[in-house]
Amino acid sequence: MALLEVKNLHVEIEDKKILNGLSLTVEKGQVAAIMGPNGSGKSTLAYVLAGKEDYVVTEGEILFDGQNVLEMEPDERASKGLFLAFQYPMEIPGVATMTFLRTAVNAQRKARGEAELSTPEFMKRVKEASAKLEIDPDMLRRGVNVGFSGGEKKRNEILQLAMLEPKLAVLDETDSGLDIDALKIVSEGVNRLRSKDRSFVVITHYQRLLNYIVPDVVHVLSKGRVVKSGGKELALELEASGYAQYRDEAA
Amino acid sequence: MAEIRQIKTAAEQGLADAFAGAKAKLPGASVLGMREAAFEAFEASGLPHRRVEEWKYTDLRTMMREAKPLAGVPDAAAKAKAKNAGAALGLLDRRRIAIVDGTFVPELSDLAGLEKGLTIRSLADALGKPDGETVQHVGRVFPSEDAALALNIAFMNDGAVIHIADGAVIERPIHLVFVATGATSSYARSLVVVGQKAKVTLIETHEGADGADYQANNALELIAGDGAAVEHIKMMLDGDKALHISTLMAALGKNVTFNDFSFASGSAVTRNQLFVRFDGEGTNADIRGATLAKGKQHIDNTLVADHAKGHCTGREFFRSVLDDDGRMVFQGKIIVRPHSQKTDSKMMSNALLLSESAEADNKPELEIFADDVVCGHGATAGALDEDLLFYLKARGIPQKEAEALMIQAFIGEAVEGVAHEGIREVLMKRTVEWLAARA
Repeated sequence: MALLEVKNLHVEIEDKKILNGLSLTVEKGQVAAIMGPNGSGKSTLAYVLAGKEDYVVTEGEILFDGQNVLEMEPDERASKGLFLAFQYPMEIPGVATMTFLRTAVNAQRKARGEAELSTPEFMKRVKEASAKLEIDPDMLRRGVNVGFSGGEKKRNEILQLAMLEPKLAVLDETDSGLDIDALKIVSEGVNRLRSKDRSFVVITHYQRLLNYIVPDVVHVLSKGRVVKSGGKELALELEASGYAQYRDEAA
Repeated sequence: MAEIRQIKTAAEQGLADAFAGAKAKLPGASVLGMREAAFEAFEASGLPHRRVEEWKYTDLRTMMREAKPLAGVPDAAAKAKAKNAGAALGLLDRRRIAIVDGTFVPELSDLAGLEKGLTIRSLADALGKPDGETVQHVGRVFPSEDAALALNIAFMNDGAVIHIADGAVIERPIHLVFVATGATSSYARSLVVVGQKAKVTLIETHEGADGADYQANNALELIAGDGAAVEHIKMMLDGDKALHISTLMAALGKNVTFNDFSFASGSAVTRNQLFVRFDGEGTNADIRGATLAKGKQHIDNTLVADHAKGHCTGREFFRSVLDDDGRMVFQGKIIVRPHSQKTDSKMMSNALLLSESAEADNKPELEIFADDVVCGHGATAGALDEDLLFYLKARGIPQKEAEALMIQAFIGEAVEGVAHEGIREVLMKRTVEWLAARA
């Protein structure tokens, strides 16, 4: 059953067309990789899914779990189980990571009509999840991402993913700025969260990440739409031949 | 027929009448000359207005339409109203000193079991002793031609006089509770003398009922001896029709640690003046503030950091959150005297504007006469960061809650400079309450 259906999506930002009739289906429990050259619309897709305001959808629809998300605010989408791991996680001075996590978890639970987590239960979950990601408990007391290294910020995104337990996680270039050790920790974190009830959209420029997070399907994006889909071997082909042919095809 | 130009405004005339009627009855025969000189100086220029540089953004001539009658000695009803004042501090352990309508009220104050080295009495009592220390200090800690201070000197009727002996460490914060109970005017003046290497935490709360258009003009003189450590917190929480003017004058000796925090969220008009002078080397002053204004509130923080001696560090850090037609003024002046080398003084004012019609006016002034110093200032005014809001919302946090979290963090960065943990909690609780009332 399809968890996410993107149909003929056209998106503009400041009158510049970025997505040109993009269609994409992600099955429940599937890990879909989205690859493509710079400027092909990968990050735009991530932001439009999460509901960033600056992007104007001129045509098409996005169905998530059968519901039209284009009408929903970003926080509603999140509560329904849609998560975006940011390429550039924001710094929030003055808001401790722990407070941030707790506010987010409980806001989502409230929106879904569930009871808030008790303090001991929340603490237990944070401790477990952060230990697995090798996150120092001291980091949780500091302002969100303030003074964190690139790798720490990405691990913090995966910690949020683990705590929020979404149905669909969109990872926007989670590998950018990571050294090999950090890449392994982050990938293992993601792999632990894979399940038959959780889907992933893994956006990346490079094949490297897909050695660690092995996708079920690979979609190639060019000029704002999917130009080729295939199995995980498609990523290896791209690594060997580059994106040049897809640029030409789409032109 | 020639038009007769009214020289005095109604408020100025009211003040003149009030002074003429009250001066003989005000306490301290030995300070009568000082009162008269101060009032004369006031009358010469009148209420300050926008062409008076120090009051450029707070035109008192326009904002103060009339002079409210001088408050009398609080009666039983006034005392009953004042009983629960200062509740903003919650369960924080402190020693209460109640100043009701400008008058020190011992029966509402906690004067039992004073720590060794701590003495507290009323200004009226102290002024009655012409050769006492108090009379020597009053009006002399930070000489100023400021109109509000002149009025305070002229009309001062009472307040607290607190003395902390050399080396005394007063752990329990002293809480000066200023409360207005009617639509009157009051002029309290307090004096705090902190001995060498003594330590104290001083909290002021200012409050009164909503709807009462009272006028409070308070002043506090603080003298910190060499090696003293003083934390001073002022919470301005007055009623919504009030005109609040208050001035801190601090003279800091050598190697003093001075922490100051101004929290302003009350009154129709607030003018918060901080005059701080570095009288000895090796002194650190950390002066912070949080301003929360909404409706048509006008909150002016005016600060002078006067480096009379070198080798001192001054940090001024003010944050404001402005909603509706709320307006914040920050005037910060750093003076470095000719021989005050190695001065390190910086100030920063950041305003968060939550509406199109909110206004922040920042006026930094640097008067530097020494050549080996580090001084700087900065000011920003802007809306909440949209990208940050999106990040919070993408985690499932609704718009209002996300805004509140960001505003708390913004104010929190100023509050974190307060050393006393319990007071930090009080300040953040007030901020959260303000935000909750906004939603």
